[in-house]
Amino acid sequence: MTTSRDTSSDITLLSAAAAVDAIERGELSAGELFEAYRAAAAGDELNAYLWVADEAPAPAGQDAPLRGVPLAVKDLFCTEGVPSQAGSKILEGYRPPYTATVVAKLAAAGAPLLGKTNQDEFAMGSSNENSAFGPVLNPWDRARVPGGSSGGSAAAVAAGSAPWALGTDTGGSIRQPAALCGIVGLKPTYGTVSRYGMIAFASSLDQAGPLTRDVTDAALLLKQMVGHDNRDSTSIGFPGEIELPRSGSLKGIRLGVPEELSGAGVGIEGGVLDAFNATLKLAESLGATVETCHLPHAPHALSAYYVLAPAEASSNLARYDGVRYGRRVENGGLVGMYTKTRSEGFGREVKRRIMLGTYSLSSGYYDAYYGRAQRVRTKIADDFRTAFAEFDFVVTPTAPSVAFELGAKTSDPMSMYVNDYCTVPMSLAGIPAISIPNGLSDGLPTGFQLCGPAFSENRMLEAAYALEQATGFEATGARIHA
Amino acid sequence: MIDREQVLHVARLARLELTEDEVARMSAELSDVLGHIEKIGELDLDGVPPTTHVVEVSNALRPDEIEPSLPCEVALANAPAVAGGGFLVPSPQADADPS
Repeated sequence: MTTSRDTSSDITLLSAAAAVDAIERGELSAGELFEAYRAAAAGDELNAYLWVADEAPAPAGQDAPLRGVPLAVKDLFCTEGVPSQAGSKILEGYRPPYTATVVAKLAAAGAPLLGKTNQDEFAMGSSNENSAFGPVLNPWDRARVPGGSSGGSAAAVAAGSAPWALGTDTGGSIRQPAALCGIVGLKPTYGTVSRYGMIAFASSLDQAGPLTRDVTDAALLLKQMVGHDNRDSTSIGFPGEIELPRSGSLKGIRLGVPEELSGAGVGIEGGVLDAFNATLKLAESLGATVETCHLPHAPHALSAYYVLAPAEASSNLARYDGVRYGRRVENGGLVGMYTKTRSEGFGREVKRRIMLGTYSLSSGYYDAYYGRAQRVRTKIADDFRTAFAEFDFVVTPTAPSVAFELGAKTSDPMSMYVNDYCTVPMSLAGIPAISIPNGLSDGLPTGFQLCGPAFSENRMLEAAYALEQATGFEATGARIHA
Repeated sequence: MIDREQVLHVARLARLELTEDEVARMSAELSDVLGHIEKIGELDLDGVPPTTHVVEVSNALRPDEIEPSLPCEVALANAPAVAGGGFLVPSPQADADPS
């Protein structure tokens, strides 16, 4: 074994789609690929993994469409017999008796579980610093955060210790870490992917999606994820099939640039805005039209989100009471036990959000906060509908800044929350959105976000693919630093 | 502005016990966040229907047929304490303040 990186023989440099092809042609063995990734994941120095498989599970059949290319999975997906703690101490020792539908579907499609990835506790955070198991480091610069909450999944894919990964997105938790780590992250239309077995944060917003090295890999993974599930009563499925992007054409595509999310005075970092504007120019040169559009209520999306998501969380997290699973701390009687268990088991940000949600739902405040936020949500969805009458896609920078330094924003919740400024509106509207790598600013990755109407995933993937081909960004760049 | 008394009230509703330091910090942080959130109070939302869910799915029903479910011992395997095929909890009567 040689210690230097030999790009011609390092099979972990293949994209997932290329690995699938190589296995199909008999040039690569699935077992060898799994072992290469298992070794990379076990040797991970970024704290991206909370658990790594000892050995490849029984092959799901070399004929399965994903051919045995292994998958890293965010900790909050329940996986039978495997630690699934959602990054929280309150679920200490929890090994679920069942597997999340999407994880089971992907295993059956030939993507076996490689490991469970670190995350912000219960997916609450934008930096991965809220994990009970320590922060994840950004492979581009280990003094910086990878973004969150799917920070472990993003860092693992960027650093090359996973070919692809599953994440969840409630207000940006796939797209923002994808942007900060220089990879692709896609949040599907709400309802296309089953939520069964996903440890819940805010049920009306949570949606699983792929984090990958390129757009083709995102399409390949998403294709096997979508589908109606009887066990998720808000599940819809996807009309038709997800197709792999091929054309790479932007001719005649109308891109709307919302002033409210990318204009002057919004607070987007200069370098991020420059990279965004350069890509808009590139899109025009490829035949797209680029015009300013308006989402008048988008500036209020963050406020509505930070009412609705904590309100749903305060209800969802009521189940952690020391009775059925996880940690229990005895303290006198029943209420004493509940209270002590929760106070010792939850981290600071989770407590803050439970408090915020409980307050906004409490008697006397419900109409002023929760009721109003639900009406703002209606207006935001209407804004998008209006925009999509004129434009094929609305595009924005994914995050307002590049990856920031560890600890830089932990003392001020509001400064952390504004990281979601450009991603929350799409979550509230339930529409699909993708972040693709958009070049560097000061040596760190930036993201370009496209969103379209509900179920426009195939068109969105085509447009993202066209931009990806034109920008020519190599997601494997993070490895130089990792 | 959320004062100390409101923080304690909400913490009690949420079954959280906060230290004095946490109460002070929570009061300041929640006040700051709510200060931003209150901007939605300026919007004219008269006659706008609320959105509880973006997806129009109502009464998702399936045939009422018996399907296999988790065996009792598997469902109880993660519980901190069990007895007689159920979850065992401390007695509510042992609470100093049972509210």
